[in-house]
Amino acid sequence: MSVKTLTIDGKMMTGVEGDTVFTVAFHNQVQIPRLCHLGGVPDVGACRMCLVEVEGRSKLSASCMTTIEEGMVVRTDTEQLREYRKLLMELLLAEGNHVCSVCVSNGNCELQDLATHLGVDHVRVPYRHPRREVDLSHERFGLDQNRCIACTRCVRTCDEVEGAHVWDMAGRGEKLHLVADLGEPWGNSENCTKCGKCVQVCPTGALFTKGSAVGEMEKDRSFLKYIVYGRERHQWVKKP
Amino acid sequence: MGTTAPTVKDNRVKLLERAMSRQGYASHALIEVLHTAQELFGYLSVDLLKDVAKKLKLPPSRVLGVATFYNFFSLKPKAEHTALVCTGTACYVAGAKDLLEASEHRCKRALAKGETPKLTVQQARCIGSCGLAPAVVLDGGILPRVTKAELEKKLDDLGV
Ligand code: SF4
Ligand code: SF4
Ligand code: FES
Ligand code: FES
Repeated sequence: MSVKTLTIDGKMMTGVEGDTVFTVAFHNQVQIPRLCHLGGVPDVGACRMCLVEVEGRSKLSASCMTTIEEGMVVRTDTEQLREYRKLLMELLLAEGNHVCSVCVSNGNCELQDLATHLGVDHVRVPYRHPRREVDLSHERFGLDQNRCIACTRCVRTCDEVEGAHVWDMAGRGEKLHLVADLGEPWGNSENCTKCGKCVQVCPTGALFTKGSAVGEMEKDRSFLKYIVYGRERHQWVKKP
Repeated sequence: MGTTAPTVKDNRVKLLERAMSRQGYASHALIEVLHTAQELFGYLSVDLLKDVAKKLKLPPSRVLGVATFYNFFSLKPKAEHTALVCTGTACYVAGAKDLLEASEHRCKRALAKGETPKLTVQQARCIGSCGLAPAVVLDGGILPRVTKAELEKKLDDLGV
């Protein structure tokens, strides 16, 4: 394992071979915007929010999918990047039906928080208003596809951490949607252990605990790192 | 699968089984196995997908994800004939909408008469032959730079 030195936003940082730009930046208090990255499960580069400029590369790179190299010079917060992220966010908002005022996650939503952080105050592309399903067949949880941004956090967590692999993405383009098992109602899933991990990691109000009212669904994402790393490090008592 | 006569069904099931065993039931052979299944059965039923998931040791949702990603696979039974109308940018600009309407009209006409349509109409986003736009793939054969009249004629010939 060799150590590599690189520059991110003008600061020298070091990481271990195989680390991603996102992770090294994170450990050095540079928080790159992200939606699909989730500590504890593998990265897939689904949302492109974490785009950065790498000197010498003509294309932008998703920092969660870019491994560090010796002498790399990375910029995470330029005018152009801010504009692209804003547009990405507007496209996400226009693609689904994100009506915050009636959402269980209003006030506790990563999508909403990031939109605010990026300064999105209106959407310049036409809203698509797609017709999407709501699945309330599960005894404990609900899925509202209208709020799904296809980040696949739930897919990866259910697969990698719970080991059930209930979820996956089906279809493509505008028809892309989440499916449980063979597309049956979630409540009929033979594989689901009802553990609720997917609900906790979902960045939006797409997955929620039944019975939550508007703004009531607060999620705990720290548990995942605790489970994954705690096991590796034999750290059985949650840090305060 | 359910509607076919048992003898025919058994044979196809055996052929699919053979295709999977030839691949050593490897998970990464999923696309190839689904290809064989699609060609044998004309569509992928839920039971069939479940069987493939079990034998290739894959999560069912992954199998469904792959089956719905590729245009080649269909989850519903296909009619006797298929018309795949390309609605990619080049074809759309060249008039794919009319071709689509003409094809879909055949199905509607049959349904209005209370008959089962003999044609399945599919859409694809660019089939990679933009130079031939607008293109329709009728029963596996490509109709290049096809006009509405030409397509109508072909469909008449097929009796759909
Ligand atoms: S509740 Fe647990 S087992 Fe069920 S889908 Fe969610 S993560 Fe998977
Ligand atoms: S349900 Fe939530 S976690 Fe799953 S893909 Fe959609 S937004 Fe992501
Ligand atoms: S966080 Fe990197 S692509 Fe989503
Ligand atoms: S748009 Fe029809 S072939 Fe490319």
